[in-house]
Amino acid sequence: MVYFLIIISAIFVNNIVFSQFLGICPFLGVSKRISTALGMGAAVTFVLTLATIVTYLLQKYVLEMFHVEFLQTILFILVIATLVQIIEIVLKKTSPSLYQALGVFLPLITTNCCILGVAILVGDGTWAAKISGAEPNLLQGTIFAFATAVGFALALVLFAGIREQLAMNNVPKAMQGTPIALLTAGLLAMAFMGFSGVV
Amino acid sequence: MNKALKTLTNGIFKENPTFALVLGMCPTLATTTSAINGMSMGLATLFVLVCSNVVISLLRNLIPDKVHIPAYIVVIATFVTMVQLTMQAYLPALYETLGLFIPLIVVNCIVLGRAEAFAAKNGVGLSALDGLGMGLGFTLSLTVLGAIRELLGTGAVFGLTIYPDNYGMLLFVLAPGAFIALAYLMAIMNKIKK
Repeated sequence: MVYFLIIISAIFVNNIVFSQFLGICPFLGVSKRISTALGMGAAVTFVLTLATIVTYLLQKYVLEMFHVEFLQTILFILVIATLVQIIEIVLKKTSPSLYQALGVFLPLITTNCCILGVAILVGDGTWAAKISGAEPNLLQGTIFAFATAVGFALALVLFAGIREQLAMNNVPKAMQGTPIALLTAGLLAMAFMGFSGVV
Repeated sequence: MNKALKTLTNGIFKENPTFALVLGMCPTLATTTSAINGMSMGLATLFVLVCSNVVISLLRNLIPDKVHIPAYIVVIATFVTMVQLTMQAYLPALYETLGLFIPLIVVNCIVLGRAEAFAAKNGVGLSALDGLGMGLGFTLSLTVLGAIRELLGTGAVFGLTIYPDNYGMLLFVLAPGAFIALAYLMAIMNKIKK
């Protein structure tokens, strides 16, 4: 039951883009077409889940064991940057087809703040405070990270679908580009507000 | 002198990080629930920008080209950790409010962007001015957005009541209001520019 709550909460109620404001840059940047949005969503899901497992273990067995928690930011960002590089190299060698689908998005992911943001939330265990019965352990943390990434992909694909339609409409000159995209995101965020109180 | 002034004002108006470059959207939307929160976030970023620009400019001939991005990230993360610890010690209430977004200054595209585009190619003095200009531009836009959201949402600016808060539109303090307020602010800027 608690796993179900975590998944619903991370995808809908506390959607990472619409209520946490993480990962806005790729959300605005790579949402012009549904196909690229799907690619980016898949790449983020893959990296976010892996990065969270690695950083959680580092937090528990390195930072907390040696009482150097203040090094968290430096360690996490370096580990994430390295991890993305390793994933890129491994994918290139072992699965060229997957690399072709995700390849172009991988370098962009290092500076995607939702990766570091979720890694810090899971490392500190603060994510569990919002969900009753959740415990900040590795299994639940990983499920939370995976569901959060699915929420990101969902937001990205929904937004891309709307933007594809929007491209054919007549938008006032001053609103063209980023302003109309932000306004659309605002309306979507309002729709997602309807989920608040579910969990 | 003229070049120095140009570098300083570049970030404030012509290449304003929020309105012209559209960088650093996450903290812009998340921390502007009130004018004071927006300003604090802007000032924290300003500090990191100036310090990282100065250090990277000093080290620009020592850092090998192959590892320049990780090296820059370590420099930036060091200053972010300094801000984080200082805030935690002296401004715990503010640290609580800004929360996750203080460590996330590391992945703010403006900081790495300026390191790469300006500090890696220019001298210490100019890099410091560039960081200061960009930081001020960022602080200014965050404060303005924060003030507008606070005024529409709660009827106050910097905590000073302008009209009673039961006439306020709570939506503007919540998540959707951030997107909508920024969208209209950007549209107004576009109109003025033409």
